Amino acid sequence: MNPIRRKILKLAGGLSALSALSATGLMRAGEAIAAPWNKGGFESKAVDEALKSLGAANMIDSKDVVITAPDIAENGAVVPVAVTSRIPNTQSIAIIAEKNPFPLAATFDIAGGDAYVSTRMKMGQTSNVRAVVKADGKYYTAVKEVKVTIGGCG
Amino acid sequence: MAEPMKLRATLQGDTADVRILIAHPMETGQRKDSSGKIVPLHFIQSVVVTHNGKTVMDGQWSQAIARNPFLGLRVKGAKVGDKIVVTWTDNTGDKRTDEVAVAAGN
Repeated sequence: MNPIRRKILKLAGGLSALSALSATGLMRAGEAIAAPWNKGGFESKAVDEALKSLGAANMIDSKDVVITAPDIAENGAVVPVAVTSRIPNTQSIAIIAEKNPFPLAATFDIAGGDAYVSTRMKMGQTSNVRAVVKADGKYYTAVKEVKVTIGGCG
Repeated sequence: MAEPMKLRATLQGDTADVRILIAHPMETGQRKDSSGKIVPLHFIQSVVVTHNGKTVMDGQWSQAIARNPFLGLRVKGAKVGDKIVVTWTDNTGDKRTDEVAVAAGN
């Protein structure tokens, strides 16, 4: 990222960030601002480190977090994974591939929108795919094992 | 600028089913090319989706998301003609924005 832009994003907070960025001409009016990338979480090599970076504590196992993924992935380089949360006021959904070199694969802040996301990820080997849902400040989780015949990381 | 995304937003009832296909190598930094050299880390870190200007999804990715990434989501309270805008940013600072209007479903 442009170092000036990074500095401005770090210094300014909340609404003031928008006016600071507009003033520099680096951002068009109306362009959505993304949250800063969770470097600590995405570079964690251990599942519990990744969970800590999400702030996930006292996770509740829930059948209302539904993971849709194949039982056996034909190609570890492209594993379709969808997560649906039936928990009211879902704020975010995170997806973890527990045996990947860097387990945290993605996080989605859904800002009160529909609690559903679908994507495709790389899995290095057979592993639990874990979804972590944050709703009303509490954390819920579910796992599904996905068998991988040909690993997709290298 | 990077290659355009393929975007589709189809209304089903009052919910738009949004499908996004992005052209991007999503390199893990672990793959070797044909000459044996490591292909450097190159992946999308952020994907933001807005509906009529309001953010409906702010996604962060690792290099574990598959090459030519797919993202599917649903937007409640949508109408035909509503604007869905998708912006991605990668670890090199490259970015791309595309938009689609919600179309009527079957």
